[in-house]
Amino acid sequence: MSAPNKSYDPVEVEALKPEEIERMRDEALAAFAAAGDLDALQEAKVAHTGGTSPLALANREIGALPPHAKAEAGKRVGQARGAVNKAFAARQTELEAERDARVLVEEAVDVTLPHDRVPAGARHPLTTMMERVADVFVSMGYEVAEGPEVEAEWFNFDALNFGPDHPARQMQDTFFVEGPTGDHGESGVVLRTHTSPVQARAMLDREPPVYIVCPGRVYRTDELDATHTPVFHQIELLAIDEGLTMADLKGTLDHMVQSLFGSDMKTRLRPNYFPFTEPSAEMDMLCYVCKGESVGNPDRPCRTCSSEGWIELGGCGMVNPRVLVACGVDPQKYSGFAFGFGIERMLMFRHNVEDMRDMVEGDVRFTRPFGMEI
Amino acid sequence: MRVPLSWLREYVDLPATETGRDVQAKLIAAGLEVETVEQLGADLKGPLVVGQVLTIEELEGFKKPIRFCTVDVGTANGTGEPQEVVCGARNFAVGDKVVVVLPGAVLPGNFAIAARKTYGRTSHGMICSGDELGMGDDGSGGIIVLPPEHEVGTDAIELLQLVDEVLDIAVTPDRGYALSLRGVAREAAIAYGRPLLDPALLDVPGPNAFGYPVQVSDPLGCDRFAARTVTGLDSEARSPIWLKRRLQKAGMRPISLAVDITNYVMLELGQPLHAYDRSRVQGAIGVRRAAHGEKLTTLDGVVRTLDAEDLVITDDRGPIGLAGVMGGAHTEIDDTEGTTTEVVIEAAHFDAISIARTSRRHKLASEASKRFERGVDPLAASAAAQRTVDLLVLLAGGTADAGVTEVIAPSAPHTISIPANHPDKVAGVDYGRETVVRRLQQVGCDVYGQDELIVTVPSWRPDLTDPNDLAEEVIRLEGYENLPSTLPKPPAGLGLTERQRLHRRIGRALAGAGYVEAPNYPFIGEPAFDQLGLAADDPNRKVVKLVNPLSDEEPALRTTLLPGLLQALRRNDGRGSHDLALFETGLVFHPQEELRIAGRLPVDRRPTDEEIASLTAALPVQPRHAAVVLAGAREQAGWWGKGRPADWADAIEAARTLAREAGTELLVRSGQYGPWHPGRCAELAVRVGGAEQVIGYAGELHPGVLKTLGLPARTCAMELDLDALEQASEGLPKGPKISTFPVATQDVALVVDKVVPHSDVEAALREGAGELLESIRLFDVYENSEQLGEDKKSLAYALRFRAADRTLTVDEASAARDAAVSLAAERTGAVLRGA
Repeated sequence: MSAPNKSYDPVEVEALKPEEIERMRDEALAAFAAAGDLDALQEAKVAHTGGTSPLALANREIGALPPHAKAEAGKRVGQARGAVNKAFAARQTELEAERDARVLVEEAVDVTLPHDRVPAGARHPLTTMMERVADVFVSMGYEVAEGPEVEAEWFNFDALNFGPDHPARQMQDTFFVEGPTGDHGESGVVLRTHTSPVQARAMLDREPPVYIVCPGRVYRTDELDATHTPVFHQIELLAIDEGLTMADLKGTLDHMVQSLFGSDMKTRLRPNYFPFTEPSAEMDMLCYVCKGESVGNPDRPCRTCSSEGWIELGGCGMVNPRVLVACGVDPQKYSGFAFGFGIERMLMFRHNVEDMRDMVEGDVRFTRPFGMEI
Repeated sequence: MRVPLSWLREYVDLPATETGRDVQAKLIAAGLEVETVEQLGADLKGPLVVGQVLTIEELEGFKKPIRFCTVDVGTANGTGEPQEVVCGARNFAVGDKVVVVLPGAVLPGNFAIAARKTYGRTSHGMICSGDELGMGDDGSGGIIVLPPEHEVGTDAIELLQLVDEVLDIAVTPDRGYALSLRGVAREAAIAYGRPLLDPALLDVPGPNAFGYPVQVSDPLGCDRFAARTVTGLDSEARSPIWLKRRLQKAGMRPISLAVDITNYVMLELGQPLHAYDRSRVQGAIGVRRAAHGEKLTTLDGVVRTLDAEDLVITDDRGPIGLAGVMGGAHTEIDDTEGTTTEVVIEAAHFDAISIARTSRRHKLASEASKRFERGVDPLAASAAAQRTVDLLVLLAGGTADAGVTEVIAPSAPHTISIPANHPDKVAGVDYGRETVVRRLQQVGCDVYGQDELIVTVPSWRPDLTDPNDLAEEVIRLEGYENLPSTLPKPPAGLGLTERQRLHRRIGRALAGAGYVEAPNYPFIGEPAFDQLGLAADDPNRKVVKLVNPLSDEEPALRTTLLPGLLQALRRNDGRGSHDLALFETGLVFHPQEELRIAGRLPVDRRPTDEEIASLTAALPVQPRHAAVVLAGAREQAGWWGKGRPADWADAIEAARTLAREAGTELLVRSGQYGPWHPGRCAELAVRVGGAEQVIGYAGELHPGVLKTLGLPARTCAMELDLDALEQASEGLPKGPKISTFPVATQDVALVVDKVVPHSDVEAALREGAGELLESIRLFDVYENSEQLGEDKKSLAYALRFRAADRTLTVDEASAARDAAVSLAAERTGAVLRGA
């Protein structure tokens, strides 16, 4: 602020004339409006609101006015400066918004870029298929039981009513383990040919009622080809309780296929023979693809079931009372049912896997699409 | 068992409209596994007629002898003129009756016949062989020569019964009776509710004293032996067409009349028979166990050394047959010279187990042994002998000798007592007593009693021994398809065990970290251990061996997962997937210190705990292992920048991942083992009950091993004992107390000798920092000999301090840091960098 100028006629101060103040304000507003970006606005701000701006200089002159004139001049300048500041703020907000919008546009990326930095892993579908089936039963109250893969013949055969000369014992091509004498000597130990020995162990380990499922690896001396593998997987179920019936077996099978393939699924039993069950049955499930509609309908052939309408699943039956006896369960009091089937086969028809070798070679291209669960 | 439908209809009056497929469905529902229905002659079209060869002109100058024939086919060709036919076969002569196919006909395999030029002549049709007509091997080796009585022009499709359906049944081991037309007919009769015309219901004369002498010295092995003699056989007699055709359709080759008849009766009644050339049998026929080392040449020409358990048929000179399995060569019916005119028919019943063992011992399975193993109706023996005699009389012009021999060890029929509602209880269906009794009677049982049924099972069903066997008969005949569907109510279960949850979690954690599961076969051979560089005395070289491995190269079971997993890695690499991270969890097998035989425990009671323990002691130790292998890039290069190759640290991190999932503290320290790079191998250990236990190794594999195995450079691996890891689990995690006061961060850089492991430094810092330390993290490792000195490295740690009850002052945090550094200095010789 300059010092008061006593010799000066305040009324004659040019800078404080109303039309001058108006001009300065309008010039400032015009400058702000003309500012194209925040930098230009900043320059305009300095020019029109800074210490050497016309309005600031005019303001300084107020001090030199006689007291009676100060109020009016002050009011006039103050209003002008207020209008200028407001205009600046408004323009600044406007320009900042423009800038922000522009930055967001500039920062846009190609969201279709891949990010396979660490390619996804996966669990093997045989593993997850076994879990999937087991979970159906776990949710019903069954427990999962496991056992050794190298097993005593007694558990694998004898306890299951395969006598030493039982023809069925010859049907299975068993890997035998070498005994203490070496040179192919007898050991009484085999690679289990089915998961059924786990059932025998479960009956010996637990007090009835017993409700278990036994998933696992089993072995038979088949050469690997498109439909056979010497090492494969089964899941078996065993229920021992008072008053269990074949109808219960049927209902349990129906429940399983409904859980795995849809609520309109069902199973079919056909008489068969297994030493550890009596009565025994072969179980088929309705073809989940054609629902049986391909049968006798050459126009709509079904690859999944070869237009048979049914898919062969595995074996089942009522636990042979002789097995109960060998495993310490009183057949007068308890009865039971059991079934089992191959996981590979289920994987083949549930997921259109055509070659067994794909399941055993560990090719990551095969396994990856199956992910974590199945 | 192959069952021609036309033959089956002889015993059951099946509805005329029933097709093979219809019968198949009915029999499957009854429990006979009818695998296929073969349509014989389905695409066959005539004219196919009987012709008589009039002239034969031998054509010369071709690679093989060719005949140009004229054949009288009557009026079948529409002209009555002789038919001109070119033929390559030579087993016929002028005057022979043959089968001629005329132009316009279609033979099996959609083979259309037309007049055609061949060998310089025009052939108006063909003279047919059995093969061309889809009849199967008839043993003639050429065209069919018919018996002379058939008239020219007769339709040969009908004559040779070329159109038929054949049910092929896979007979389960319990259903021996279904290995006969009689048995299958019985099931068909029940299924269709029609009466069975039982072919075994024959008038058989009682035994008398002048039959062929038979001595059974082992009545347990042979409880029934019927012998009949037929004399005056016409050695020129040949099997008629119908007999040959039935045998062929059933899958047997016609041989000679006498043999064909015994085979035919076996197919019909299920009773294996043997016909001896009586002139070649010396003295009485005997049945006994063989002397150890005794020799017998069987019909197939093989000299067999007998076992003391083998049941043999003998005459005065010694064994003349392997009972129930195969006859001997010396007493064989002569079917080439045609000199046999007198035969002794044997229809015996042998012990199923004895036959099964002999068959297995000599690796000799025959139609006879197959039936005896599964159970033959002992009461059918004399009927079968009679039927054979009748056919020999009828077809071979023989005379039945009046002598009838029957040696029978007395036995009571088998009875089973069941509550009348037992089948109901097994099925969960209310059949009612009446239905139960009716169904049991249908399968041939005699049933007495009201609430408690006394059931006498038929002689042809030795498989029916237990109450549940009878229940099955009732349920299957009532229809498995009619069983209701009910659900039992299991007691509440405990869900998965901790161990099972862990196994799933581990799979998910590794897959989440980018590993792909690759389960491998557990078969292994000695070279795999050499390739891994295992020491000669490495315990992993002690393996469980197989008696009958699939491959002699891999005769044992794995003790480590690595060979299989590395093979999978190499296979993937070879197929063009180079950036690989694979994992496997599975059992490995270690033999017990002392090998034992797992005994055969009884099955008529629960074994004792000691007995069960004795079995367990004979089994190998079978821990579950987990392993990973890595090669190529762990992180891919991409638009984000560079990639990162998989390295030793990834392998060790996989172990840490498993330990985290198991809730176990993993001790990682420098180690050396087998296939790993000696400078880049971590020994993995856990604490179990205060003691440290090494559970595996991780790191980069030895370059030499990689070269030997043809694996990518810098392949890394980890393997550990998952069971041991699980046992070291620290149980449930405890919820930490979270302080909301501000954190005080202090960074320290410590210079130590290169050989000092980070884990030692960190442990000292952690201990020295005391309770205020919230966390510690190594954020840099720096080596620069100019700045740090030779064999030195700088380890930079971020220490975070926080108190539970107050804001720490700078002095407090600094004091804790200083304490940490000074303990590290004391323990590891660490010097604060820049100090």
